[in-house]
Amino acid sequence: MRQKLVEFRNVSFRYDDDGPWILNDCSFTIYENQSVAIIGHNGSGKSTIAKLMNGLLFPQKGQILIDGKEVNAQTIWDIRKDVGMVFQNPDNQFVGTTVQDDVAFGMENRGIAREEMMKRIEDTLTAVGMQHKRLSEPHRLSGGQKQRVAIASVLAISPKLLILDEATAMLDPKGRQSIMKTVSHLHEQDVMSLVSITHDLEEVMMAEWVIVMNQGEIWAEGTPRDIFTRKDAFHKIGLDIPFVGKLTEALRRADVSITEEPLNHEELLEALWTFHSKT
Amino acid sequence: MDISFKNVSYTYQPNSPFAHQALDDVSFSIPSGTYVAVIGHTGSGKSTLIQHLNGLLRPTTGTVTIGDFVMSRTDKPKDMKALRSRVGVVFQYPEHQLFEETIAKDIAFGPKNFGVSDDVIKQRIDDILPTVGIHHDMLERSPFELSGGQMRRVAIAGVLAIKPEVLVLDEPTAGLDPRGQRDVMDMFYSLHKKEKMTTVLVTHNMEDAVKYADHIIILNQGKKYLEGKPETIFSDEDTLQQVQLDVPEVIQFLWKYEQKFGHSIPYNRQSITDIAQAIKEHIKEVGNDE
Amino acid sequence: MSNSLIIGQYVPGQSIVHRLDPRTKIIMIFFFVFIVFFANSVPSYSILAFFAFGSIVLSRIPFRFILKGLTPIWFLIGFTFLLHIIITREGAVLVDLVVLKIYSGGLIQGFAISLRFFLLILVTSLLTLTTTPIEITDAIETLLNPLKKVKFPVHELALMMSISLRFIPTLMQEMDKISKAQASRGVDFRTGPIKERAKAIVPLLVPLFVSAFKRAEDLAMAMEARGYQGGEGRTKLRILRISGRDWVALFLFAVVLAGLFATRHYS
Repeated sequence: MRQKLVEFRNVSFRYDDDGPWILNDCSFTIYENQSVAIIGHNGSGKSTIAKLMNGLLFPQKGQILIDGKEVNAQTIWDIRKDVGMVFQNPDNQFVGTTVQDDVAFGMENRGIAREEMMKRIEDTLTAVGMQHKRLSEPHRLSGGQKQRVAIASVLAISPKLLILDEATAMLDPKGRQSIMKTVSHLHEQDVMSLVSITHDLEEVMMAEWVIVMNQGEIWAEGTPRDIFTRKDAFHKIGLDIPFVGKLTEALRRADVSITEEPLNHEELLEALWTFHSKT
Repeated sequence: MDISFKNVSYTYQPNSPFAHQALDDVSFSIPSGTYVAVIGHTGSGKSTLIQHLNGLLRPTTGTVTIGDFVMSRTDKPKDMKALRSRVGVVFQYPEHQLFEETIAKDIAFGPKNFGVSDDVIKQRIDDILPTVGIHHDMLERSPFELSGGQMRRVAIAGVLAIKPEVLVLDEPTAGLDPRGQRDVMDMFYSLHKKEKMTTVLVTHNMEDAVKYADHIIILNQGKKYLEGKPETIFSDEDTLQQVQLDVPEVIQFLWKYEQKFGHSIPYNRQSITDIAQAIKEHIKEVGNDE
Repeated sequence: MSNSLIIGQYVPGQSIVHRLDPRTKIIMIFFFVFIVFFANSVPSYSILAFFAFGSIVLSRIPFRFILKGLTPIWFLIGFTFLLHIIITREGAVLVDLVVLKIYSGGLIQGFAISLRFFLLILVTSLLTLTTTPIEITDAIETLLNPLKKVKFPVHELALMMSISLRFIPTLMQEMDKISKAQASRGVDFRTGPIKERAKAIVPLLVPLFVSAFKRAEDLAMAMEARGYQGGEGRTKLRILRISGRDWVALFLFAVVLAGLFATRHYS
C-alpha cells in the first residue's frame, strides 16, 4: 500500500467572505510517487487546488495534509520544501538573470551552501537537458526551455511533489513535447509524485489517475480509461475527448463493436483487428 | 485583396553583432478570398512574415504586394493607414492591447483611428457583438473586469470593427481552454465564409490548419519549406518529420491503419463519422473475402 | 524597436575588460567621471582619450559598433557644443553675425565640454557593454555592504535591481508587441502634431502597466512558492573575486590619474 502524500478533507475555498465558492467540499488523496492529472475547463477550480497545496492560499473549510502535516501559516515553509510548483507563464516565474541563477534562487532562499548549489545546478540542469544553457539569459530562451529551467529549479530542492499548473499551456508543440518527455523521465527515475493541471489530453493519458473538476466540485475520479469511457457526460461539462475516443465512439455508432475502451492508436487498431478476425 | 511575396528576405539589426535573418528568400501568393495557414515552429519566421502583411516591417530584399500596395526596401506605400485599415491583424494574446475605459470605446478605437464616423462604428459594433458572443449590456463595462476568454473576444471585436478585407490571425487560440479554442476557430471560419474574407492563420496547430485552411505554407528557419493543399501536404511523412512538425492525429492514425491492414483510406478532410464508416466498410469487405 | 541604441546592452565576450571584476570597473568609472572635469589641456585630454580608446581596443568590441550605437547621443553632444558657442563670451571674436558673436573662448569651451561628455558616455557605455547587469548589481551590493550596519536594505535593493534588470528585455519585447498591435489599429506614433503623438502614448502605456502588474503579481507568487522569505539566512551563488588582473588595471588607472594631474595647467 502506498503512503498518502496529499490529502484534501472536505476543502472549500473562496476569495471573499461573500463571494462565490471556488471550491466546494473537495476531498481526494494523492499517494507517494503517483502521477495525477487534474482537468476541467477554465474557472472549474483546478488551479486553486494547486495553490492550496503549497500554502499560497488557505481554505476556509476543511483540512489539507501534506505528508501528514496540516498546511497552515506555521508549516508553509516546511511544506514548500516538499511541494514544488511550476506555473503557466514561463516569463513570470523566472527570477534569475541567467539560467543557473534562477535554479539557485530556491536553494539560496533555503541557505544551501554554495558548493552544494553548484553540484545540484549541474545535476538538475542535466536532468532537464538544459546544462548547455547554464549561462543564458531568460529572454534568449524559448518558452519550453524556460519551463524546463523552472522544473530544474524545483528539482534542486528535491521535493516530494511536483505540481505543474498548466505549465505547457503557453508553449508550442515542440516545447510541450520536451516538457512532457522531461517530466515523464523524471517521474520514472525519482521518488516523486506528480500533479499536472492541464487541458492537454495527451498529458492526461499519461497520468495514472485523473481528477475531473467542474464548477468547484470533483466531478469524477479514476484511471484515464475509466474517465474517457464517459464521453457524453464529458461533452456536457464542456471538455474535449481524445481523437481515439471520438473515433471509437463513431465506430460503435457504425456498429463496429469495441468492448474495452482503447487509450491510444495501437489499442484501437488491436481492437479493430480483433473485430475484423471475428467477422 | 491578393497577397504576394516575391523573394522576400528580412534581417533584424543588420550589420551588428545581433544581426539575425528571420526570412530568407520567401515567395508565395495568396489569391483574394482564400483561407491560408502558415505553419512553423517558434523562430521559423512566422511573426516576421505577419508584420510584412500590414507594413509594420518592410522587406530587406524582395517585394511584398498586398492589393495595390507595394512594399520593398525602397518602396513604401504613401498611405500606410489605408493599408492597415484593409489588413486587420489579431496578434497573439490580443487581450494585451485593451486599454480603454469601456468595452465600447475599445472596440471603436481602431475604426475611429481610420476615420470611420461614430454612427457607422455604432452599427458595426451592433453587428459584431453577436458574432463574438459579447452581450450588449456589457458595452459600458471596463474590459479589465472580464474573464480571459471574454477579453480575447473583445480584442478580436476591436479588429473586426475595422472591417478589414484581409484578416491575419496569429495563434488566436493560445491559452484558451478546449471549448474556447473551438468557439474562436469556428467563429473565424464562419466569418471567412460569410464575408469572403481572405484569412491568414499563423499557427503551430496542424489540426486547425487541416480543418480550416484551403492552402498551407510551412516555414522552417526563415525559408519556405513546403506549400500545398492540406490533403496533399501530408503525403510525405519523412519531409514533415525532418522539420519535427506534428502530423494531425487523424492522418497518423490512417497511416498506422494502412500499415496494419494493408489498406489505405485516403484523407480528404472527411469527418470522423465518415472515417469510421470507411473503416467499417473495409473491415466488412475483408471479412467477406475470407 | 531600439535597433541602434546600445547603452545598457551587453555584448558577450572573453576580453580582459570583460573579465575584470565589476567592482574594479565601477570604481574606475566612478573616478573617471570626476577626473574628466579636471582635464584642461591638450595633453591631459589626450591621456583621458587614450585611456578610453585603449579600453575599447582591449574590450575587442568593434569601434564602429559603439559609435553607431551612440547615434542618439550625437545630438546631445552637438547641442552642448552649440550652446557653449552661443553663450560663452571670452577670447577674440571670430565671427560676427550681428545678432550672434562667436568667440574663440566659446569654440574652445564648446569643444572641451563636448569632448568630456563624449568620453564619459564612451566609458560608461563600455562598462555596460562588457559587464552583465547582474555583475554590476552584485558589485553595487558588495560595495554598499557596509551600509547594512545602518539598516540600509542592501539585499532588497540588490534583488529589486536584479529583477528589474531581468525584466527589462521582457518589457521591451512587450512594448514592441503592444505598439505593433496598436499601430495595426491605426495609431500613428511617428507623424502628426505633438499633441496627437502624446495621446498615442496612452494605448501603449495602459496595456504595458496592466501587464507589468500582472507579471509582478505572478512573480511574487512564484517567489513565495520557491521559499523566498527575505534576506535572512540566504546563501549566494554568485560571488565576486578580485584577481591579479584587477590590481594591474587599478595600477594602470592610477598611472593615468597621475599623468592627468601632471599634464594639467595650473593657472
